[in-house]
This record gives sequence, C-alpha cells and structure tokens, in this order.
Amino acid sequence: MNKKTVAFLLGGAILLSTLPLLLVKGDFEGADAKAQALVREVSPNYEPWVEPVFEPPSGEVESLLFALQAALGAGVMGFILGQYRERHRQKAASKSQQS
Amino acid sequence: MIKRSPAKRYGSLGAIALLTAYLVVASPNPALAMHISEGFLPLSWAVGWWLVFLPFLAWGLWALRQQIKQQPESTLLIALAGAYAFVLSSLKIPSVTGSCSHPMGIALGAVLFRPPLMAVLGTLVLLFQALLLAHGGLTTLGANGFSMAVVGPWLAWLTYWGVSRATAKPAIAMFGAALVSNLATYAVTSLQLALAFPDSLGGVATAFAKFAALFAVTQIPLAISEGLLTVLVWNWLTTYCTAELQTLKLLSGAESNE
Repeated sequence: MNKKTVAFLLGGAILLSTLPLLLVKGDFEGADAKAQALVREVSPNYEPWVEPVFEPPSGEVESLLFALQAALGAGVMGFILGQYRERHRQKAASKSQQS
Repeated sequence: MIKRSPAKRYGSLGAIALLTAYLVVASPNPALAMHISEGFLPLSWAVGWWLVFLPFLAWGLWALRQQIKQQPESTLLIALAGAYAFVLSSLKIPSVTGSCSHPMGIALGAVLFRPPLMAVLGTLVLLFQALLLAHGGLTTLGANGFSMAVVGPWLAWLTYWGVSRATAKPAIAMFGAALVSNLATYAVTSLQLALAFPDSLGGVATAFAKFAALFAVTQIPLAISEGLLTVLVWNWLTTYCTAELQTLKLLSGAESNE
C-alpha cells in the first residue's frame, strides 16, 4: 500500500476532527442530546415513556465503556488484519523461493 | 523471522500504530451523539419501526447463515466488518458545529457482503450501545436499526456499484459509499423524528428541516472522515486479502496477480 495514500487518508481524518476543536467554540455535546432538546421544543408536552435499562453512573464509567467498545473492535481488527498480512507475506516468500 | 526491508516493515507497523492510537485517543469523549434516545419515540411509532425493521433483521440472519455456509473462509472477514462498525460507532468526533457525533462504519461490510447481512452486524452494535451506554434504546432500536442497519447499507451498496461502474475506481466508490451511507442514516433519523414530532405550524416538512439542520452540518465532516478511514481499510484488504475479495467477486483475478 502506498505510504503517501496512507498519510493522506489518516492525516485528513485526523485534521477533520481536530480542526473543529481548535477553531470552533462550542461545548461539543452530543448531537442527540440536542435532538432531545429539539423534541422538547417542538412538542413541549411529550414525556419520554421509557428509561434506558442501564445508564452509566458517571461520565467516567461511560467513557470506560466507550473505550472498551473501541478497544474490542480495534483489537479484533488488528488481529484479523495481522493474520491476513502474515498469510500474504508467507505466500510471497514461498513464491520467491520457488522461482 | 524472515528478513524484509525494514522501511516497509516499519512503515506498515507505523500505520497500524497510528490507526490504533487515533481510534483509542478519539474514543473516550463522554458526549453522546446520534440515534434516537430511549423513550423518545411515541409507542405507536416505536412499534411501527420495529415491525418494519424485523423482516430485514430476519433476512440478515438468513443471509449471514448462507454466507458462512457457502464461503466459510469469509467468516473472519465478517468479523472484521463487524469490528470496524464497532470501532467507528464508538468514536465521538468533534465537528464544525461545536457538537459531537459519530460515524458508523457500516459501508465496508455492506459492500463486502451485500446489505442484508449488515442488518445483523448493525443491530449488534446498536444493542451494545443501547444496553451498556444508554445510547439509543431498546424501544427505538427498530427505528435506529432501520436507519443505520437497513437504509445505510443499501445506499452504501448502491453507491459503491454506481460509482465503481462509472469511474472504475473502487477506492473512490468506497469513499462515496461510506459518505452516502453516513449522511443517509442521519437523514432517515431526522425524518423519523419529524414524522413522530411534526411541527405545530409547518407539519412534518418543517420539523424535518429542523432536525436535518441539526444533524446535517455536524455530520458532513464526519462523513468525510468515515470515507477516508474506510478507504484506508479497503486499501489494506485489496493488498493483503485478495483471495477473499476474489471469492466475494469484488476483485477480478487479473487485478490482483501481483
């Protein structure tokens, strides 16, 4: 894979998320919290009729669970990509030995 | 260990480390984003969307079994597609509007395994977030599932094949697929909210404009980010995973005989 492409793709994604932090003043709350507020504004009488089954007791616990979700996913991805890469490497090695 | 050029090895290792670091550093932002929150759809709409969503979920389960039965070697790739959606939807990324939202990573699997199967993987992600993170919800899972695990994947797939036929550049098609599926999911969510909460003056259309305005601008930079990251993984697959992509008929034999 072309190194320049990787740099461009990663760099683009990182810039897109860091620039707003630097350039935009905002509280960076979630868009669905804003949607909840908008629902309240459009239909002031609406009462949410169910509560979430489990709500993380604090922002810390919530960030733990989000980090866990990312770590699980990233771990599985890394493992699988690593396997494919190793297989690719061994194939290439055995090919070059034969020729 | 077989010796290889160190530059190549460290380059790839660096890329893995960077991607992982980016994913981990960007994730523990406590702000919530997207998906309709628990209890925020009236009972009738919640049930209605569940009824619409269930057939797609059943279709997905069937498609998943067929896929594993017919091409058992692709199981690992299915896990990869699921893990990718898992990671991306945990990333609360700050956006230009000063609020946070997250990408979904649903397009990769939709292109690899066709859209029906993604209903299952998308539901798994939504379930995790609804049960453990109070993000989305069980009553709204039907509606959220329909937007993220049905409309998103189908539009991703259509975009991929459309762009790929027109330009013959799979990477660009993949970027488009991720971008479109991301934006479409949020458009559908806005529509779902607008239908349930029409504006007292302007009705559904005005309400849709309000909800869409809330999500759209936030979502555009994220959709681009998701496109870039999806192309990154896609490039990886086309380099190291050619055999599987050929079985899935995404690469022709000639392209990959390097």
